[in-house]
Amino acid sequence: MSENVTALGEPAQAPAAARRRRRAFEALQAVALGAGFPILLVFLWHLAVIQTGTRLIPSPRQVGVMMYDFAFGGVYDDAFSATILTHIGKSMQRVYGGFFLAALIGIPLGLMIGRIKLLRHLLDPTISLLRPIPVTAWLPLSMIFFGLGPNAAIFLVFLGAFYPILLNTIFGVRSVDARLFEAAAMLGCSGSAMFRQVVFPAALPAIVNGLRIAHGFAWILIVVGEMTGVPTGLGAVIMDGRTLSRTDLVVTGMIVIGALGFLTDRIIVMISNRLLRWSPQHHG
Amino acid sequence: MARLPPQTRLAIRGVTKRFMADDDEIEALARVDLTILEGEFVCLIGASGCGKSTLLRIVAGFEEPTAGEVLIDRKPVTCPGSDRGMVFQDYALFPWMTVKQNIGFGPRQRQLPRREVEEIAGEFVRLVGLERFADRYPSQLSGGMKQRVAIARVLANNANVLLMDEPFGALDALTREQLQQELLQIWARTRVTIIFVTHSVEEAVLLADRVLVMSAGPGRIENDIAIDLPRPRDVSSPEFNSVRRDVARRLTSHIAPAHALAPAGR
Repeated sequence: MSENVTALGEPAQAPAAARRRRRAFEALQAVALGAGFPILLVFLWHLAVIQTGTRLIPSPRQVGVMMYDFAFGGVYDDAFSATILTHIGKSMQRVYGGFFLAALIGIPLGLMIGRIKLLRHLLDPTISLLRPIPVTAWLPLSMIFFGLGPNAAIFLVFLGAFYPILLNTIFGVRSVDARLFEAAAMLGCSGSAMFRQVVFPAALPAIVNGLRIAHGFAWILIVVGEMTGVPTGLGAVIMDGRTLSRTDLVVTGMIVIGALGFLTDRIIVMISNRLLRWSPQHHG
Repeated sequence: MARLPPQTRLAIRGVTKRFMADDDEIEALARVDLTILEGEFVCLIGASGCGKSTLLRIVAGFEEPTAGEVLIDRKPVTCPGSDRGMVFQDYALFPWMTVKQNIGFGPRQRQLPRREVEEIAGEFVRLVGLERFADRYPSQLSGGMKQRVAIARVLANNANVLLMDEPFGALDALTREQLQQELLQIWARTRVTIIFVTHSVEEAVLLADRVLVMSAGPGRIENDIAIDLPRPRDVSSPEFNSVRRDVARRLTSHIAPAHALAPAGR
């Protein structure tokens, strides 16, 4: 009896184990390729700096030293030593201040514009006129509105994040099958319950896409935002590096922004996969 | 208001419908007068474009008639309401809700306590035999299961008029037959009034107490045929086939008047 079971069990298990091994190998390969390419780029950068003998561009080694000093101090012991957390904290405050403000206004407004024709006719032309203006063009006005300080940076991040969130939300609502709204109405759903229980979740896949694009813009705009004369923040560090001709500092700031943008994007993707696990279009 | 005979659930009085398409006015429905009794199973049949879906959508309250009125239990219909439940051909389930949440959606709108909503949803999940799939999302279900959820969703909401717009049109033949039988069982058990739009003569004769044959341009009800066959009906019996031929003949005579006199086997 037991022989029979194992005889039947073995062939079914062996391919499963082999499949698992192959999947593990593929995952490892993806990581190796994904990490290997940037390492190759750093190596090419190193070669290029040595080959040309330039003093204007730092070598990867110099940037590494600067990064260490920025994080832990003890190398140059200047104004930037061991200040990384302060700058990250300030920048994140501004990125997420602007981002959440944009989401807080953009999502409800988008839901309403998508659903209410009158509001769409009222606001759509204005939005279409304002949207093509580059966010950087608002810089002088934002400094007049908000003065020299963090509020101007938050305003610029807000502007950059607002339009992708708003437009994706409107698009999301507009592309929902009208029958879902009919079905909800017939089941006794109306008014604000309709927005909360049907319009918002139905548009959520598009809203999440908008949030992800907006989040990317928010990190891009933080450098512009922190050009407005704030003393701290990763954008301010890059601007200081420029005025002090310290390119190692500039590149260090760039790398920190890139890494933070990447990590926070992964978090957003994780949250959205969890929220949209019902959607067959959102896996992985 | 005209005095209604007893037991009338649904009365359609002089309903017409015109659409504006570009600059043309299209008459979708000429005058329709119709009375449907409590617990009746009525099939609307006709070629595409004869206005049968439009009539159903007016009864549901999704569209307003150009003239006339629809009365449910003597009260005029002005907007979608939970007394009438529409079952769509493409299901229209909420994809972000599980089977159980979809079915519990109506009770939840009535602000019932959470436990009561759970109980009602569970009861109607059982009615359509989806206990094992209660926590699945619609994207993980077959077409037949989705349509069961859609039916349970309107029944859980105490709808006493079921409006079905070609509900089994997208299903394969075997699943369709199975769902037809299940629908008849549910109808026998709950005694809801059903208006069922289809373009299959066989389906209409199998299911209905009355078959209303509609014709297009503009849409109107041409024939009102009572189906007196005993239930359960046997689709292979000579009696069934003679009724089916009769309905099919009346239907084709409206669809293609020029061929009305030609032999049936076109």
